[in-house]
Amino acid sequence: MPFIPHTDDDEREMLAAIGAPSIEALFDEIPANLRLQSLEGLPSGLSELEVMQLMAARARADGRALCFIGAGAYEHHIPAAVWSTITRGEFYSAYTPYQAEASQGTLQSIYEYQSMMAHLTGMQVSNASLYDGATAVAEACLMAVRANRRSSAARILLPRSLHPHYRAVTLAMALNQGLRFDTLPYMRDGGHMSLDSLAVHDGEDITALVIQQPNFFGVFEEVDALTDWAHARDTLVIAVVNPTSLALLKPPGEWGAKGADIVVGEGQPLGCPLSSGGPYFGFMTTRMQHVRQMPGRIVGATVDADGRPGFSLTLQAREQHIRRAKATSNICTNQGLLMMAGTLYLALMGAEGLARVAAASMARTAELVAALTAIPQVRRAFARPGFHEAVLTLERPVAPVLQALAQRGIQGGLDLADYYPELGAALLVCATETKSSADIDAYASALSEALRSARAA
Amino acid sequence: MSLALREKLIFDYSRPGRGARGQWPTVPAGAAPEAVPAGIARRARPLLPEVSELDVVRHYTRLSQLNFSIDTHFYPLGSCTMKYNPRACNAAALLPEFAGRHPLAPVVHGQGFLACMYELQEMLKAVTGMRGVALSPLAGAHGEFAGVAMIRAYHRARGDLARHEIIVPQAAHGTNPATATMCGCVVREVAVGADGDVDLEALRAAVSASTAGIMLTNPSTLGVFERRIEEVARIVHQAGGLLYYDGANLNAILGKVRPGDMGFDAIHMNLHKTFSTPHGGGGPGAGAVGVSARLLPFLPLPIVERGTEQPLYRWLGERELPQSIGRLTGFGGNAGVLLRAYVYMRMLGREGMRRVGEYATLNANYLSARLQQIGFEAAYPQRRASHEFILTLKRAEQDYGVTAMDVAKRLLDLGFHAPTTYFPQLISECLLIEPTETESKQTLDAFVAAMAQILREAQEDPEQLHGAPHRLPVRRLDDVRAARELNLIYQGPGG
Repeated sequence: MPFIPHTDDDEREMLAAIGAPSIEALFDEIPANLRLQSLEGLPSGLSELEVMQLMAARARADGRALCFIGAGAYEHHIPAAVWSTITRGEFYSAYTPYQAEASQGTLQSIYEYQSMMAHLTGMQVSNASLYDGATAVAEACLMAVRANRRSSAARILLPRSLHPHYRAVTLAMALNQGLRFDTLPYMRDGGHMSLDSLAVHDGEDITALVIQQPNFFGVFEEVDALTDWAHARDTLVIAVVNPTSLALLKPPGEWGAKGADIVVGEGQPLGCPLSSGGPYFGFMTTRMQHVRQMPGRIVGATVDADGRPGFSLTLQAREQHIRRAKATSNICTNQGLLMMAGTLYLALMGAEGLARVAAASMARTAELVAALTAIPQVRRAFARPGFHEAVLTLERPVAPVLQALAQRGIQGGLDLADYYPELGAALLVCATETKSSADIDAYASALSEALRSARAA
Repeated sequence: MSLALREKLIFDYSRPGRGARGQWPTVPAGAAPEAVPAGIARRARPLLPEVSELDVVRHYTRLSQLNFSIDTHFYPLGSCTMKYNPRACNAAALLPEFAGRHPLAPVVHGQGFLACMYELQEMLKAVTGMRGVALSPLAGAHGEFAGVAMIRAYHRARGDLARHEIIVPQAAHGTNPATATMCGCVVREVAVGADGDVDLEALRAAVSASTAGIMLTNPSTLGVFERRIEEVARIVHQAGGLLYYDGANLNAILGKVRPGDMGFDAIHMNLHKTFSTPHGGGGPGAGAVGVSARLLPFLPLPIVERGTEQPLYRWLGERELPQSIGRLTGFGGNAGVLLRAYVYMRMLGREGMRRVGEYATLNANYLSARLQQIGFEAAYPQRRASHEFILTLKRAEQDYGVTAMDVAKRLLDLGFHAPTTYFPQLISECLLIEPTETESKQTLDAFVAAMAQILREAQEDPEQLHGAPHRLPVRRLDDVRAARELNLIYQGPGG
């Protein structure tokens, strides 16, 4: 029996100790008419060999394409030490560290993670992770409503240049609690948010302004001016950031005169494989004054009965298992193992290594954009500088072009037609440090050919 | 437990100029930092450790050795289903093609992955008796959110706008009332009778035209099967409400009885419990949701569909499911966790799935019987245990001043992870014990021996228990100080 160790003798002795005639008798409190006779629709079991052969065949069917898609999930090199260490059984198969004395390894790792994320974002405190970048934005909006006591409107400004999935998740999660959202436009020439476009909200009660840096198009925002605008109106600033970029970009804690109030983002670039969308981890940092409004677990340093240092979960009165209906969030299980991946990744990279990853990714994207816009009828959509992504426009629909590239084993980027129809035939592309000049040339010549044959057709 | 009882912070290994240089990429010539406009460029480097690769590997390996885990210890944490996590599941999920696949990659580059996801949806439908399944919720509480949001959307779609109350039994998981609040509902608690089942009179009095639904765990958090579940369903449905099944305890009944057959309209499954994906020290989980026919249009996005033309498998989105409660995740869910659950289910198959519920229940009833034989008191001795059961230490507390916390901490000394303590709050001084089906009789017997020793110590040497643990890297931690003198991050050398 897979994963069940009982021998016939064990089973007999156990039933005798219970005083039950059979295992079936242990289910005698379940009404007979509800008892299941057989599990239709399920296949028979496979041995480990058989299942691994099946999975290897399925993996081969997916293949390994050359990927130029970013859009919130980024292919970076993951040092081998990250996953070989965190999949040690002591991390991999432990539960949430409720029994602190038996979980110091996990607890200290979380404390180190909190420290790294706080320093990276320029904030004072961090939680132990949320589900992903998208849900972290939703949680930040709900938190801002609790934290901003000068606002009673429960109203949030969301840029249209925020990742469209983050926006969708935020609406799906927060509308149930009666929050209101207004959309801020982006400039058609630069792809950034303009201070002028905020003027219509002057004099209104706005709880929080969300700023994504770099935004979904990869474009840099004028974070100082936007932050100061918000703070002058008692509006909190929620920063949504790419952690890799923070090696080079001003941390949200230093935006404007006072700094952002809540910082969230997708932790995937820090050591998490792309893995079709998860598991990743969301991160959240904030100022000490808001810590009691923060969702999720937090670890604190303390001492034990002998006065020796140790770590434990703290401020648990915010959480669902204590506060129930009045908790800051319903989150319980988070993304612990991925947070560990992020911690080891940051420890291995350090500030210098992370800066090199960011700089190399920017350089490869610049190289990619130059190579692709050298093709007739491929243009850059926005004039302003950005990080490691860019929007390109073609003069014909993107979808068939991407299909042609896919047949050649190239994932050419994300078609923006469904997300931003106003941009016409627009494509979001990304190159990280994982792409070589040869990869970029391969993409450019494949695109050139795909466009040529599309014109001929 | 290792020799290393203490480990300094990773920051304490840091030396200026050191680094895991083998991991740093080469920045192509003529490149970019100057492209960051001065106004938004970082001025000072973030405080991150400067350490070698060996420093990192040794430090985190040592830290790992300070943990209890399933791989090292029996871990009978009630309501958490800490069963063995088969290694094949991890190996398959980390195959380079799966690990490297971008979430927005074209479906032609994901037919293998999507086939697994489609079949996982189908298998989960079969074991739960639900009509539709969505895999995207990222954990149990996230699945609960999806479920209650679907229930609200259902009422709203019918123009039934007054239904804003969610009923939960007194002993429910904390996530249930917290979820109801997150969905903008008001929580109404109903009492549980002395036999552990929901008090039907209290339920009848609680339902009304404001009832959106009820959230139930079955077997309940008290470790017993809700015997009058059909009557509960009838009362709630007749009042116009729907039934939500919290799948935390699905392991107990896997292959024996299905939530769909009990009358539930929406459920979540904790794949990291029942389907044996690892807990990772707090996550990740996966909280797939299942629904009855009436909630099908409201399932969260995206869902995998099998068509008739190539490519066979594709994602369904807003266009195909316009009434959906929407997107709850950045991408399609915790795919790596879902792949692990898929491999586990394929290895177990139809026969193995039935045995999960059977042997989880056998182990719990055996352990309960043995612990009662040596003098512990069960909270519901007249009832069958499901996959878990509750001991109450009320008597030990009165007679010897020994608490559930004392017993839990002493168990750590004796090489066992503690059961869940002080939950459900309904039972005073309680231990909620869930052995799972992957533990042998010999392990359970060793646990019984440890509990017998603790009982002896309670009578003869209670100080031994109050002071426990004695043999771990730290003794009991000062939680009050942790919350009062907040020290949440490393501030820097000398900071």
